[in-house]
Amino acid sequence: MYKYDNYDQAIVDARVDEFRDQVNRRLSGAMTEDQFKPLRLKNGLYLQLHAYMLRVAIPYGTFDSRQMRMLAHIARKYDRGYGHFTTRQNIQYNWIKLEDAPDILAELATVEMHAIQTSGESIRNLSSDQFAGAAADEIADPRPWAELIRQATTFHPEFSYLPRKFKIAVTAADEDRAAIRLHDIGLKLVRNDAGEIGFRVYIGGGMGRTPFVAPLIREFLPAGNLISYIEATLRVWNRWARRDNIHKQRIKILVHDLGREEFTRQVEAEWAAMLPNGSDVPQAEFDRIAGYFAPPAFETGLSDDIDLSDPAFARWVDQNVAAHKAPGHAIVTISLKPEGGIPGDASAEQLDLIADLAERHGYDELRATHAQNVVLPHVRKADLYTVWQALTAAGLASANLDLISDIIACPGLDYCSLANARSIPVAQKIATRFADADRQRDLGELKLKISGCINACGHHHAGHIGILGVDRKGTENYQLLLGGSGAEDASLGKITGPGFDENGIVDAVEKVTDVYLRERSDGERFLDTYRRLGMEPFKEAIYG
Amino acid sequence: MGDVRVPADDDSHLRFRDDEPHEEPAVTLDAFLGQSNATAVRLEAGDDARALIPYLDRLRLIEVAFPRFRDGRGYSAAQILREAGYTGELRAEGDVLVDQILFMRRCGFDSFAPLAPIDPAVLDATLARYEFVYQTAADARVPVWKLRHG
Repeated sequence: MYKYDNYDQAIVDARVDEFRDQVNRRLSGAMTEDQFKPLRLKNGLYLQLHAYMLRVAIPYGTFDSRQMRMLAHIARKYDRGYGHFTTRQNIQYNWIKLEDAPDILAELATVEMHAIQTSGESIRNLSSDQFAGAAADEIADPRPWAELIRQATTFHPEFSYLPRKFKIAVTAADEDRAAIRLHDIGLKLVRNDAGEIGFRVYIGGGMGRTPFVAPLIREFLPAGNLISYIEATLRVWNRWARRDNIHKQRIKILVHDLGREEFTRQVEAEWAAMLPNGSDVPQAEFDRIAGYFAPPAFETGLSDDIDLSDPAFARWVDQNVAAHKAPGHAIVTISLKPEGGIPGDASAEQLDLIADLAERHGYDELRATHAQNVVLPHVRKADLYTVWQALTAAGLASANLDLISDIIACPGLDYCSLANARSIPVAQKIATRFADADRQRDLGELKLKISGCINACGHHHAGHIGILGVDRKGTENYQLLLGGSGAEDASLGKITGPGFDENGIVDAVEKVTDVYLRERSDGERFLDTYRRLGMEPFKEAIYG
Repeated sequence: MGDVRVPADDDSHLRFRDDEPHEEPAVTLDAFLGQSNATAVRLEAGDDARALIPYLDRLRLIEVAFPRFRDGRGYSAAQILREAGYTGELRAEGDVLVDQILFMRRCGFDSFAPLAPIDPAVLDATLARYEFVYQTAADARVPVWKLRHG
């Protein structure tokens, strides 16, 4: 993985110093809260219902055991002993004191971490495929490009006071594990007919209150022009986005208002005008970065056989272990969705244990996923049983990856000042209702996603089953959506009809899964059956 | 473009140029395009800076309005004008705060007329803090990707 050189370190250290100065000026009263707010948000510091929340960047979800131990240390020293993995592959802490924030950043900087641009109207931490560098189905590791984008978009002088937040995702596999078409810019690494590397560029996707699946803006962007094309896109948006209504300022609205063709024309014209600026990074710099992402020296001659005589272990392998490109190795997803737990939460002890496992059995690499789990991307198959036993002892061996209890949920009204309804208790009730392992496995892949308000941090639009919490005359009410997908077959879920109370929504979820079990054809997932049958039979079962 | 802040007579105006301040009042973009032999123009946040490109040779002052410090359109306006070769005074006017001046300088602003006075000590520390930058911009700073390869 990438390692800072003196330049990267100096920039992050300067940011710590700058933020310390900004906090001091705020605490002394030299700066008003209105003036300070965008500055702290650009550093991932939100004021929530009970305390400050600090969101720490895990760039494109890649980190190592040393960094994981630091995250555990921060959980212990500055928070209440746990952290929460987010849908942008970051981690956040919910009980932070403003005056501690500069010290936390200083500690993070010692392990090449930061909270830069994890919130606010800025270019956010970009996301990528959590299996990058390990997946059997990628054409190249997308992370060198991701790191290139990270540097190019960090403290960009022209694009640091944007109309709204801006999210970029990059993948290199046909299976989209990063929801690229629900991003402001989604990039898919491809080869053209001449065998050259480039990107298929999607612009204008997003969730929130006005969701869009991003249209294709450019079929093939030469890889060497990646940065200038992103800058041209940002400039068109920065200049011409609406600034009169915070809900209509994302780039998806501009793309929609101008139409795909006109928007594309403007970006291409701006790109032509900007090319002489020379902001595209030369091949030598790309090669330097790519060198850090060379695969580890995988052991060779290993067996692909796994002893599956322990049935619980066999279930976990079947559900949470994926194919690796190197023989004798596998990709392990550690579920942070135990029954009755808070999706994405991990205690400091669990974080430390995962760090130990990465170091001992995983070539010292870790990934955070947008589904709020953690991945050991390179594990020897011969070590899987040992790893599973350690995870079991730590309550981290739930065999439910991509099943109905592998729920994405936002923090909701338990923490968030924007929320209208609680998300966590609904997730817990659904996980409990479907706790039976055989039942979950019988239901198969079923992505359930819960947001506590229309801002859609819980990705409800992209859930095979989505749940949206709203406030209805002072009481929490939950709407049900069906048919969304954040994968390569991206689509937006549709609302079934009137909403439910907290118990009613759990019943409604059960009813739609019953329809699926009754109506499915061989090999169909829930989503496939829904797409084949349409909404009616599901509606009939819920409201009929 | 000078790198040193030149104290103006008036504390409320910061200048990073060593030529004489241009005193002609700035006219609106519409007025400028409609007449004129004016040499100073003011862009509102939503104006198209590119409309000035045919006239850059004769302009001596372009003032860009920042109605709210969070409104970042002026950064692109400045960057476009400098890319097009404008060398005259480029002034950020309005809700301009100390924490935004570094990026404004990088985008080519060399003069500032903030609504509220700016603490010179904080400004100097702010402008000196980052020894390295990741991007090319309208200033002369060399991005780290170039430094890394000599």
